[in-house]
Amino acid sequence: MTFDLDLIVLYLPDIVRALGVTILLWLAGSALGLLVGFLIAVARRYGPRWLDWALLAPVELIRGTPFLVQIFLLYYGGPFIGLSLDSITAGLLGLTIYGAAYYSELWRSGFVAIPKGHVEAAQCVGLNRTQTLRRIILPEMTMLLLPSMVNMTILMLKETAILSIISVPELTLAVSALGTKYYAFVEGFAILALVYWALVEACSALGRYAESRLSKYRFAVS
Amino acid sequence: MSAKPAIKVEKLVKRFGKTTVLEGIDLAVERGQVTCLIGPSGSGKSTLLRCIALLEEANEGFIEINGEPLGFASGPNGERVRLPSSETQKVRAHIGMVFQQFNLWPHMTALGNVTEALVTVRRMLRKDAEQRAMTQLSNVGLSDRAGHYPSELSGGQQQRVAIARALALDPDIMLFDEPTSSLDPELTGEVLAVMRDLAESGMTMLVVTHEIGFAASVGSKIVFLDQGKLIVEGKPEEVFGKPRHERIDQFLDTYLDRGAATLL
Repeated sequence: MTFDLDLIVLYLPDIVRALGVTILLWLAGSALGLLVGFLIAVARRYGPRWLDWALLAPVELIRGTPFLVQIFLLYYGGPFIGLSLDSITAGLLGLTIYGAAYYSELWRSGFVAIPKGHVEAAQCVGLNRTQTLRRIILPEMTMLLLPSMVNMTILMLKETAILSIISVPELTLAVSALGTKYYAFVEGFAILALVYWALVEACSALGRYAESRLSKYRFAVS
Repeated sequence: MSAKPAIKVEKLVKRFGKTTVLEGIDLAVERGQVTCLIGPSGSGKSTLLRCIALLEEANEGFIEINGEPLGFASGPNGERVRLPSSETQKVRAHIGMVFQQFNLWPHMTALGNVTEALVTVRRMLRKDAEQRAMTQLSNVGLSDRAGHYPSELSGGQQQRVAIARALALDPDIMLFDEPTSSLDPELTGEVLAVMRDLAESGMTMLVVTHEIGFAASVGSKIVFLDQGKLIVEGKPEEVFGKPRHERIDQFLDTYLDRGAATLL
C-alpha cells in the first residue's frame, strides 16, 4: 500500500467543512462547560449542604464513565425518556455536561487554593461576598487554574472525535467516510492527527501567552 | 465626645469545637491608646483580636465599638440578638485590620491593593481613590513602589502596603495581628517604625505582638493573656516592673536570650 498524497487535495474541501463543525462544537462545549462548571462549583461551595451532596453524584457519575458511553446513551437512549435531539444538539449537550463535571472540579480546586487570609482581608475592608468573588477570588483563581484549564480544554477538543459515533458531521466522521469511500484510511487518519495536533498547539500557545501576561505578579521580576 | 471606650469587650467566650479558647474576656481599649496583647502561643490573643475584627464569631459575650454593639446586641433579658449585617458593616468600618501574613492581593499592584475598597466599597472615583492611596503609600514611605506587585516587594514593604490599605479607609481603630512575626529581624524595624508613627498620631491601636520591646516602649497598656484568660493588665511599667506576676516572669524568661529583657 502506498501513501497517496494526492488524496490530501481530494480530502481538503470536506475536511475544511468538518473542521468548522469540530471547532464550533469544541469552543461552544468548552465555554458552556466552563460556565456550568463554575455555577456547580459556586453552588457546592456557597450553597446549602444538601445541594453540595446533590451535585456530587452527577459530577462523579460523569467523571466515572466514558464519554463514548455517555454520548451514546444521550443520543440513542434519550428518545426513551422523551428527549429526541438531533446529533449536533446532542453532541453539544453531551460535551457541555461532560466538560461541566470536570471544569467544576477544577474550579473547586481553585477555591480551595486561595489563601483564606486573602478573603479575610477583603472582608475587613468591607467587600461583600459577590465583590470578593468578582474582585479577589476569580482573578486570583484564573491565574492559578490557567494551566489546568488549558489542559482540560485540549482534552475537550479530542473528545469531539467521539461525537462521530452519533454521526455528528465533524472531522473524524468526515475522514472516516472519506476513508471508506477511497479506501485510504492511513492517509486520512494521518491528516486527522495533524489537524487535531495543530489545533491543540494553537490552544496551548494561547494559554502560554495568557499565562505570561498574568504571571507577572506570581513570579517576581527581581 | 463621650467617655465610651473605643473597644469594649464583655464576658467574651469563644469555643472551637470542645476547646474553649477564650474563657470570658473583659477588656476596654481607650481612645487614642495603644494596647498590646501579649501571651504565649495558644493563649487566645489572636482569637480575641479576630473576634473584634469579626473574622470569628464569639459564642457568648458582647463587643462594642465606640459604644455601638458589633454583630450582636444585648436583648432585654441579656440574651444575644444578632444585628442586621448592614448595621454590622457600618460598625465594622471603624476598624482597620493588619495580618501576620500581610494578605495583600497578589493580582493587584500596591496601589491597586490600597485603591480597591475605596472604589468597590466606598464608590470613590478611581482618580480620587488613587490620589488618596498615593498619600497613604507615601505616609508609609512607599510612593516609589506603587506600581509594584506584592511578589516584587519585600515582606516589610508588603506589610507597610497592608497598613496603608487599612488606613486608606480612614478607620479610627487599628487592629494588628502579630504584624512582624513573619518578617526577618532587619525588616521588623521598618514596620514597627510605621506603627510607632501611627501611635504618635493618636490612632487607637490594639496590637497582638511578640515584640516585647515595642510593647514596653509604645504600649499605653499591656494585656497578658494565658490559656484564654486575661491574667494581668496595666501600664507597661506595672506589668513588666518588679514585683511582677509569676506567669509574666516565666513568659519573659523566654525572651531573655533574645536580648529583649534589656529594654525593660
